[in-house]
Amino acid sequence: MNDTTSRYRTMIGHRLFWPAAVLFVMLAANTIYRPGFLSIELKDGHLYGTPIDILRLSAPLILVALGMTLVISTGGIDLSVGSLCAISGAIACMYISKQPDQNSLGVVLTALAMAMGIALVLGAWNGVLVAVIGIQPIIATLILMVAGRGLAQLITQGQIITINSEPFRAIGLGHLLTLPLAIFIALAAALLVAAFTRRTALGMIVESVGGNAEASRLAGIRSGRVVFLTYVLSAGCAAIAGFMMTANVSSADGNAVGLWVELDAILAVVIGGTSLAGGRFFLGGTIIGALIIQTLTTTVYAMDISPQTSLLFKAVVVIAVCLIQAPAFRARFRRRRRNVPPPATIADKPKEQVPA
Amino acid sequence: MTDSRPVLTMTGISKSFPGVRALHDVNFRLFPGEVHALMGENGAGKSTLIKVLTGVYDTDGGAITLDGEPVSFTGPMQATAAGVSTVFQEVNLCTNLSVAENIFIGREPRVFGAVRWGEVRRRARALLARLDLDLDVSAPLGSYSLAIQQMVAIARAIDIKARVLILDEPTSSLDAGEVAQLFRIMRQLRDEGIAILFVTHFLDQVYEIADRITVLRNGGLVGEYLTTELPQLSLVERMIGKELDVLEGIEEHSRRDLTALEEGTPLVAVSNFGRSGAVEPFSLTIHSGEVVGLAGLLGSGRTEVARLLFGADRADGGEVAVDGTASSLRTPAQAIDHGVGFCSENRRAEGIVADLSVRENMILAMQAARGWLRPIPRRRQDELVDKYVKALNIRPADPEVPVRNLSGGNQQKVLLARWLITEPRLLILDEPTRGIDIGAKTEIQKLVAQLSDGGMAVLFISAELEEVLRLSHKVAVMRDRQMVAQLANDESLDADRIMQTIASGSHREEADR
Repeated sequence: MNDTTSRYRTMIGHRLFWPAAVLFVMLAANTIYRPGFLSIELKDGHLYGTPIDILRLSAPLILVALGMTLVISTGGIDLSVGSLCAISGAIACMYISKQPDQNSLGVVLTALAMAMGIALVLGAWNGVLVAVIGIQPIIATLILMVAGRGLAQLITQGQIITINSEPFRAIGLGHLLTLPLAIFIALAAALLVAAFTRRTALGMIVESVGGNAEASRLAGIRSGRVVFLTYVLSAGCAAIAGFMMTANVSSADGNAVGLWVELDAILAVVIGGTSLAGGRFFLGGTIIGALIIQTLTTTVYAMDISPQTSLLFKAVVVIAVCLIQAPAFRARFRRRRRNVPPPATIADKPKEQVPA
Repeated sequence: MTDSRPVLTMTGISKSFPGVRALHDVNFRLFPGEVHALMGENGAGKSTLIKVLTGVYDTDGGAITLDGEPVSFTGPMQATAAGVSTVFQEVNLCTNLSVAENIFIGREPRVFGAVRWGEVRRRARALLARLDLDLDVSAPLGSYSLAIQQMVAIARAIDIKARVLILDEPTSSLDAGEVAQLFRIMRQLRDEGIAILFVTHFLDQVYEIADRITVLRNGGLVGEYLTTELPQLSLVERMIGKELDVLEGIEEHSRRDLTALEEGTPLVAVSNFGRSGAVEPFSLTIHSGEVVGLAGLLGSGRTEVARLLFGADRADGGEVAVDGTASSLRTPAQAIDHGVGFCSENRRAEGIVADLSVRENMILAMQAARGWLRPIPRRRQDELVDKYVKALNIRPADPEVPVRNLSGGNQQKVLLARWLITEPRLLILDEPTRGIDIGAKTEIQKLVAQLSDGGMAVLFISAELEEVLRLSHKVAVMRDRQMVAQLANDESLDADRIMQTIASGSHREEADR
């Protein structure tokens, strides 16, 4: 019995337990409310159903949140990712719209490479501001958050650029092996980032810099390069997310693409267990966090919650999620419960425990 | 001396952390008007017991009473309100706030919700006057030395109508004069009927001030004794749990010979090396296999010299030669490339990365030198870590535990291991034995002697002159941010002469070269 208890404790103590539990409860609640919620059907060789939709729609957020996780782990923050989504989408669409054959794969690949290149340059700009010049991350990336929207507008000349390109559309809506392509892109990105950080020493060094910057410097870590790299990586992730968002609607709207996605991404990272103060990061947690946020959005629609109250509903759920998974809050709750019996019982306790 | 009724009792206290059983069925009591020393090696559970008492940690079991009433504090604020004030080991104040603000933060005198700043400053001055401290209470706390910050922390603690005052290693960063001053205050408070719980590693201090001693070992209670009835040797034996042959190691007084080492090219030679506002330009040569001691009072510039040599701060000018070739030490990474390692005295802020595991903390410097693209294979990491966990007797011996769960002394050993793993040619140790117990201290001293025999150069900084004398081939003396003398450690050199040099600063003619 003791063994079961300790195994139970290990499970509860696992950092992914609470986020996963929240996700499970949300899905369960939806299923009770609408029994067909979890059903998936095969139509025209493609799988359809709400769970598939949730996965597909959360792909851009997962991408943005992966990059954000690394930035936050260094003790920084990247507010410019939403604007970067808009810029990269705008560049890709603008280029494709100017070509005679929008359906050519070569055209689309050129467009993607061009947009990705510029996004990486902008990420490097963030990195230089933070790591070389030493501006506080929230201010440094705020510059591009605000200016980037203008930049996206400039690229599209204030218009909504609509394109008609099958290969580009596939990034958002295509299918592979019966599943939406976007799911595979997000999965590949997650595996790539995981390998990039955990197969090298980058992950540990990022955590070290975020955990104690001065101690890391004195251990010989050239933290500037590492921090710089995380902003570039974050911009790269945001660019791919931007492609997906624009591909979903086959058009680029400099004002709307990726609006407020930075806030959802930060939330996903925090729900996933990475501290905003920097230090340890959890990519798996971030992915679950992003799924929780998308499930919540879907739930709001599925339960026919009126648009007036939907934001409030979201806020309440988010607060609950954050509280449940905060160890300090759980400890306080537990302590209060344990303090109810008179002190004599507390004193008796260790005597029972000693022989065990 | 004491009433018959204890003001505070703790019975059957147990506390575990993941992978560590920190306290197991510990009893403790504290009488009004006594100074009660809590003794034990690193990791014995002293700090944990205090944190359980003040509500920083939850207990897993056990009961605490204050004046016979059962209590269970939820945090230091509540404990303080109930009359149990604590000054923690690492100074927990806000260096960016003023002295007065630090003393009254969280309980400022108010009128209609507005803070009465004049009253705050007036009361802060009065309080500090009681401690014989003359400070500008409006100046930021960070502008004062660590020792002064410690005194301010004590002032903060005693301002509240404290009945129990807990001092967790208050003397580890104080010099002799400041310790005497602190003891005077402690006696005064004791005579007023305050119960003082005192944690220290300095045995002499315990016998100077404590009325009663409680000894902990490996999280368990060894016993409670009257100071007068417990000879010093028995105390040490009870702390360590075995008859001591290590103590002999401490007594061993081998003078180290300089002449043979000083031939050949110095490993590191600096001249006119300095940084304005930190330390006056100095010249120093360090040879392979040589231990150079750095003596001086707190704030005399010892740490600043170390930081310059490691590139932690940038020197304003001067020449550096490594192996006889002109070179530079402008960043830590550059110094490490030259084979220099540096254990900072400020282990929490500049040493450990609390979030990371013991293993990760140990390999950090080596990994940084290799760059992130060339990770150290996991098997190699485990080998290295395992070797040093054993060699330095780090407890708990689980390298995957977050380093923050370790006691201060064990964290110090982890830092030492971090540098030993890089196999440095010059190791700079800034107060490596500060705040750690006698067993670990001896281990570290032996290690330094061993390393230098093996050809490593060591710059050894310590406030304890005995220790400097025991280990060093030569001693550089700091005073008022100047290197005033470099003395060969021969028969003529003793603690008195170093102290005279520190005191007068007039021995500059003795400086060799």
